[in-house]
Amino acid sequence: MKSLIAILLIALSSAALADGHKLAVPANPKWQTECGSCHMAYPPQLLTAENWRQMMKGLDRHYGANATLDAKENAEILAFLERYAARDQKYSANTLRISDTAWFQRKHREVSDSAWSHAKVKSRANCIACHVTAERGDWSEHSIRMPDGRRWE
Amino acid sequence: MTAKKIGIAILFIVGAGVACAETPVSLVAGYTAEAARATPGFVPSAERGQSLFTRKWGVSQTMPSCATCHSDQPTAEGKHVVTSKRIAPLSPAVNPERFANSAKVEKWFRRNCQEVVGRECSAAEKADFIQFVSKGGRV
Repeated sequence: MKSLIAILLIALSSAALADGHKLAVPANPKWQTECGSCHMAYPPQLLTAENWRQMMKGLDRHYGANATLDAKENAEILAFLERYAARDQKYSANTLRISDTAWFQRKHREVSDSAWSHAKVKSRANCIACHVTAERGDWSEHSIRMPDGRRWE
Repeated sequence: MTAKKIGIAILFIVGAGVACAETPVSLVAGYTAEAARATPGFVPSAERGQSLFTRKWGVSQTMPSCATCHSDQPTAEGKHVVTSKRIAPLSPAVNPERFANSAKVEKWFRRNCQEVVGRECSAAEKADFIQFVSKGGRV
């Protein structure tokens, strides 16, 4: 019975992960500060370790911006990203953009062009425009507020 | 404890305090001293800082000036032009977290000067800039 409960719990928790509801990571001030200045600190679970390694190698040209860190900080943050990185290839993109992963595309397939181009959104990098509680680690669909104020149902 | 030992202890305490807590005033003083080595008699200027802040450098198309993201008032909240993330005000007059840590200040001057100005900023420019934002954007 106990093992059945354990299996159920594992199944439930991985289902929650797959739905992107729980993307919380232990507090990491360095990651939060360095990766969360120009955009929100994106959850490590949303790219693979290989993607994060490539990303941290190219911070001098980070989507058109210079985001370089010193070698020690870079290594510390990369270790954190690798530790919580995705293993499934649906979280991988050659462009290293989370918004180009198969997972992201499928999750947002019903989002209209007009929502994406709305003045309050403008960029796929701007998660919190709709995922208003994402910075607290809550990505659940119930918490989504579309730019026109409506819920996502 | 001898007087000498007490003196050394005090030096350590004072030294530790300086190492972890700069102020806008101490940063301006440091950059001014550095600038004065190249330009004797250098005096920081909020006016020059303002023109540095608002000038469209024409290096980056998306980020032509500091004000593009930081708004043209250093006391106001800014918004990242690409990601739309809010940026807390630059001015230490309204945001005490600003210009309180030299490593952080150096990091952002290095990144943003290269991005917007197309090169590293000089000590003189840094002194002018902090002078300007410290006065809440008034010149």
